[in-house]
Amino acid sequence: MRLLRMKPGHGEVLIAEGDVDIAEDERALIEAFRAQLDQGMWAAVPVVAPDGRRQAELVREFSDIPRDAERVIFFPRAAGGC
Amino acid sequence: MLVALGVCAVVALVLIWDVLASAVRPARARLRMRMASGWGDDVAAYDPGRERRAEQRARDLLRSCVDDADWEMYRDLGFLRVWGSDGSGTGAGHGVAPYAYLIYPHKPIVAYVPRSSRLLSEYCVDFPDGQGEFGSERLPPSDDVLAKWMALTADERRLIESANLHLAGRQHDPDAVRSDIAALGRWEREREQQGAASSVRAL
Repeated sequence: MRLLRMKPGHGEVLIAEGDVDIAEDERALIEAFRAQLDQGMWAAVPVVAPDGRRQAELVREFSDIPRDAERVIFFPRAAGGC
Repeated sequence: MLVALGVCAVVALVLIWDVLASAVRPARARLRMRMASGWGDDVAAYDPGRERRAEQRARDLLRSCVDDADWEMYRDLGFLRVWGSDGSGTGAGHGVAPYAYLIYPHKPIVAYVPRSSRLLSEYCVDFPDGQGEFGSERLPPSDDVLAKWMALTADERRLIESANLHLAGRQHDPDAVRSDIAALGRWEREREQQGAASSVRAL
């Protein structure tokens, strides 16, 4: 699993990477995941819906991430703009 | 006569010099300040190559997340359409939903009625990154589109409630948006025709 974060001037940046089936990796991923949420990021997992279309799921807990997810994308929290 | 003309020419030159000098003086002062603050910082802050590379990475990420047809829509037309999920009764309607959204990079999301092309509203939403480097909080354009797409497909209500709602036409030119909707219709018809032609050739 890879944790990616969108950043101005960069595109996506790799935050952490590891195998969720390895306890040490999973701990590091959980720590990195919480750190991003603490910084005010939203976390989304790209998934394929039952009808075959691609969509995303917003997750608030590491346990909400499907175990087979390849990546989690963090992006800044939405705010009213213009 | 020649002496008088010469005097006039000298006076004119002095006046022109004075006018030019007063115009150039602030620019020289700005130049001195920039040199004092260091050229390196400015060069680092305005690197068009970095922004281009960031946008290319963002486009690659967007392409890897959305359906092929959606990616081609964005590539060809410059925006993404997302079907509305509320009110259709069956989740995303994919052609039968009563409303849909157009997602543009760094512009408000537009809600509209696909059957009539009637524009409903604009939703102004940003994704400001307080830790943005290089003096910018704005994501690359395609990351902005992907963030809107992920938030809309994952939790439409949450995104819409985060946005500032305005009547259609506040930031987007309504005629331009209607033109985009018409272009999207033509684009989809062409794809259907190409798909049908490919099927016939395969038989």
